[in-house]
Amino acid sequence: MEHIKTINKADFKKSITGTGCGECQVSCQTASKVDNTVINQKCEKSKK
Amino acid sequence: MVHKYKFRDTNFVIDGNSGAIHIVDDISYDILDCLDGNFFDYTENYIVKKLADKYSKEKIKEAYGEIFKIYESGKLFSSDTHENLATEENLNSPVKALCLNVAHDCNMQCKYCFASKGDFGCGRELMSLETAKKAIDFVVQNSGSIRNLEIDFFGGEPLMNFEVVKEAVKYARSLEKEYDKNFRFTITTNGILLDDDKIDFINKEMFDIVLSLDGRREINDKYRVTRGGVGTYDVVVPRFQKLVAKRGNKNYYVRGTYAKDNIKFSDDVLHIYDLGFKHISMEPALCGDKFESSITEECLDEVLKEQENLCNKLIDMNLSGRDVDFFNFSIDINEGPCILKRLKGCGCGNDYVAVTPNGDIYSCHQVVGEEKFKMGNINSGTFDKKRKKPFLNTTIYHKEKCRECWAKFYCSGGCTAKNYFNCGSIMDPYDLACRMQKKKIECAVAYQFYINQNY
Repeated sequence: MEHIKTINKADFKKSITGTGCGECQVSCQTASKVDNTVINQKCEKSKK
Repeated sequence: MVHKYKFRDTNFVIDGNSGAIHIVDDISYDILDCLDGNFFDYTENYIVKKLADKYSKEKIKEAYGEIFKIYESGKLFSSDTHENLATEENLNSPVKALCLNVAHDCNMQCKYCFASKGDFGCGRELMSLETAKKAIDFVVQNSGSIRNLEIDFFGGEPLMNFEVVKEAVKYARSLEKEYDKNFRFTITTNGILLDDDKIDFINKEMFDIVLSLDGRREINDKYRVTRGGVGTYDVVVPRFQKLVAKRGNKNYYVRGTYAKDNIKFSDDVLHIYDLGFKHISMEPALCGDKFESSITEECLDEVLKEQENLCNKLIDMNLSGRDVDFFNFSIDINEGPCILKRLKGCGCGNDYVAVTPNGDIYSCHQVVGEEKFKMGNINSGTFDKKRKKPFLNTTIYHKEKCRECWAKFYCSGGCTAKNYFNCGSIMDPYDLACRMQKKKIECAVAYQFYINQNY
């Protein structure tokens, strides 16, 4: 397309882990420790 | 739930409900302005008339057609179809992560400390090995089928009770095979007591570590001081450098706090980088009246500008081959956490709890000492699962202010403790934090775009 370029593949509706396996790291155990940083978390199933 | 913004010379459009991110030209950006977030409220003819002075009819129709195509593909003006996931059954998780406060004591007296200089206002106390072991038993027993269990050694300063840390790790490891669990240990330290033995143990056993340093010497030593009021920069920096040099490729973050005196915190981030640390995190001191240099509403404009300034600097550094990982901008725009995690939030009081030296269980480390958030006690074997319920209901769908926010699947409703302390309710997002969080997300998306695409 000339006017719009989609730059990522994300589609929350097709989220691969569906309802969540719970194996990934809790956000407050990471670098912040005083804030909610869910977006910075990695999916355990997609880790290479 | 469509959000658009400009960063450098690029127009970004985030479709909050699908997670799709687009870059668009000026004409499309202006059309989206006219649509004002409601695609079907305005006709193509209305848009053509509205923008007639600026663009030709043909070009407007062409761009409008592309917007319509993206809409049809479900990646723009998409609807939120995830609310049905927010059932109690889905939200209620086993306990799988502990913040183990092994020391309610500290050898420092940081000016912005939320833990009342280490003891959380509960009196100085170190956790016994017996309590630590019982806490580990607790998480093993309450974690159901979840295999990856997390223990963060926290305080106060956890190195003040390092023998218990070592023995607790040994004990947890001894349970892994029998219960089919994988422990991931983390530690948050001020570095004062780091020596070669501790460094070697931490590097061997800790999955991740958080090293506290605020940046430039004059900034760090203003806030991060010993109990005698002496700055700690010169003591801790060489120790952190030694630890990281011996750590190989394992995770760590040097984590700083910024306050009114260093709102231009990008200088501190770059200083930390120049000290040889690639993995850096920096958070605002949001302490309200408890700290005179706390970041407040009046600082907001400057903070937002500085976030953007930092983002620009880090993009340039990465593009010129200086590899730096700033935690706040480190997001995966293609995948990242699953949708349930995004709508649930941090998991405090649910899959994550804090345990104090005397065994009290709290919904998170920041509310230790707040009686209403106490959930039980490790030593007496009590854990009131009914107390999980208010925390299950802190999803983005339970908070009115979050429901219609474009950023809800990125920030997940904000820090529950911060909401409570600043707004009086765990259900009421703290506006100041929200606005900073949104800027962080904008910067993170732009950062990922520039460093990965190099347009």
